[in-house]
Amino acid sequence: MVKFSLTKTLQGAEGLLPLCVQCNIQAGQLVGLYGQSGAGKTSILRMLAGFMQPEGGEIICNGQVWYSGSQKIYVPPQKRNVGFVFQDYALFPNMNVRQNLLFALQKGQGAGVVDELLALTGLDGLQKHKIQTLSGGQKQRVALARALVRKPALLLLDEPLSAVDNALRAGLQGTLAQLHRLYKVTTVLVSHNIHEVAKLCDTVILLEAGGVKAQGAPAEMFFGNNGNGHTLTGIVLGTQKSGLGFVATVLVGDEIVKIPCAEDLPKGQTINVGLQQLV
Amino acid sequence: MIDLQPFWLTIKLATLTTFILLAVSIPLASWLSQKRGVFKTVVQVVAGMPLVLPPSVIGFYLLLAFSPTGWLGGFLETHFNTRLVFSFAGLVIGSVVYSLPFMVYPIQSGLASLPPSLKEASFSLGKSRWQTLTKVLLPNIKPALLSGIVLTMAHTIGEFGVVLMIGGNIPGKTRVASIAVYDAVESMDYHNANAYALILFATSFIILLALYFFNYRLQRVKQHG
Repeated sequence: MVKFSLTKTLQGAEGLLPLCVQCNIQAGQLVGLYGQSGAGKTSILRMLAGFMQPEGGEIICNGQVWYSGSQKIYVPPQKRNVGFVFQDYALFPNMNVRQNLLFALQKGQGAGVVDELLALTGLDGLQKHKIQTLSGGQKQRVALARALVRKPALLLLDEPLSAVDNALRAGLQGTLAQLHRLYKVTTVLVSHNIHEVAKLCDTVILLEAGGVKAQGAPAEMFFGNNGNGHTLTGIVLGTQKSGLGFVATVLVGDEIVKIPCAEDLPKGQTINVGLQQLV
Repeated sequence: MIDLQPFWLTIKLATLTTFILLAVSIPLASWLSQKRGVFKTVVQVVAGMPLVLPPSVIGFYLLLAFSPTGWLGGFLETHFNTRLVFSFAGLVIGSVVYSLPFMVYPIQSGLASLPPSLKEASFSLGKSRWQTLTKVLLPNIKPALLSGIVLTMAHTIGEFGVVLMIGGNIPGKTRVASIAVYDAVESMDYHNANAYALILFATSFIILLALYFFNYRLQRVKQHG
């Protein structure tokens, strides 16, 4: 179980943002940290990893205090047993794929886990390859495998799939889900992709304006739970007159749908689209 | 037959200076690349002073410090029975001070050009600062290290003002190649002056050529794996 409450004033593009969050994460869960850019998602991840010092609060992981503002405890990143997957992968260019994973081995840990992870991520054939020769998706797999070598208590993923295209993303999501099922590492995934969070996460923490707006299962968080079917949120791209009423063109996720409506809706307005049944 | 001793002395001085500077500059450059603030700026400016100060000024201050009546010279003479002025050891210290920015700046800019996530990734894998520096950061700034080494060597070989001020012109002890050229010209021995100058010219040319060649090779390896 990971418990944290953190305060920190962040310097954002639109001035200072006071961050104040409090969360409990159950052991073995894959939790999504979801919010708009600049909501403080990556900063929370960096504070959990020990790369950024909070101004106050505490971080407790499996009973160990990693940070406590009141007790003046600050455990450095090396001693936290975290796995971190960076947006830019942060693979070591002076090492090949296998060497990147071997570097992550801890004292007394056998190389068997490296072979296992290379096989699970489909990288066996690329072991001797230099990092510079890999594609974005392959680099992502190496970064994920490397972060898991030391069997971390907490795996932190900072928008790991943001730099790959949609076709690759689905495959990588599958790998991520498979590794999570296998190793059951408590994981925090930062993402601003609603599909990704809904597909992968057990729980979603919704961040807004530096605070936790809500926390719960993805289905409740994104689609509501009103008992009369589901609701999707969309943005109006335009409205045309049709017969006695209007038809609005609405962007829902990555899809564009046409929905009959009674009035001329302004372009850019956010609306809820109700679904009565699934087919 | 020309006397080759000044060249051996020059090579000895340049090699020793380069080794000492490498050991001093890596921690200093690492510290400078991570810090911000007034103190860092002051340290950076002090390290860079030899770039802008006339060598004679640096030589003059070192001469004052090393002289038996100076604070450092007096201390060394009283407690260690050592005199730095007009000695080879004094030349090494003078060269280290004079060539400091030529080693520190390339390493500092090399380290600063690496993405911070490389260091953080290493930390998150449980690696210490020392392991991170030696296994991750330094191997990824090989061209910068090479530049520092070669520029320091070349700069020490070409050093004149500082050497003359604190070392003088003692054969076998402080008469390095650049001083030997000056000495030969002073005594109108143009034949020897020519030979010394040509050897110095060729050595410097080869060193710089080697630097560009190795950097080119490293870039190719980096690009093509």
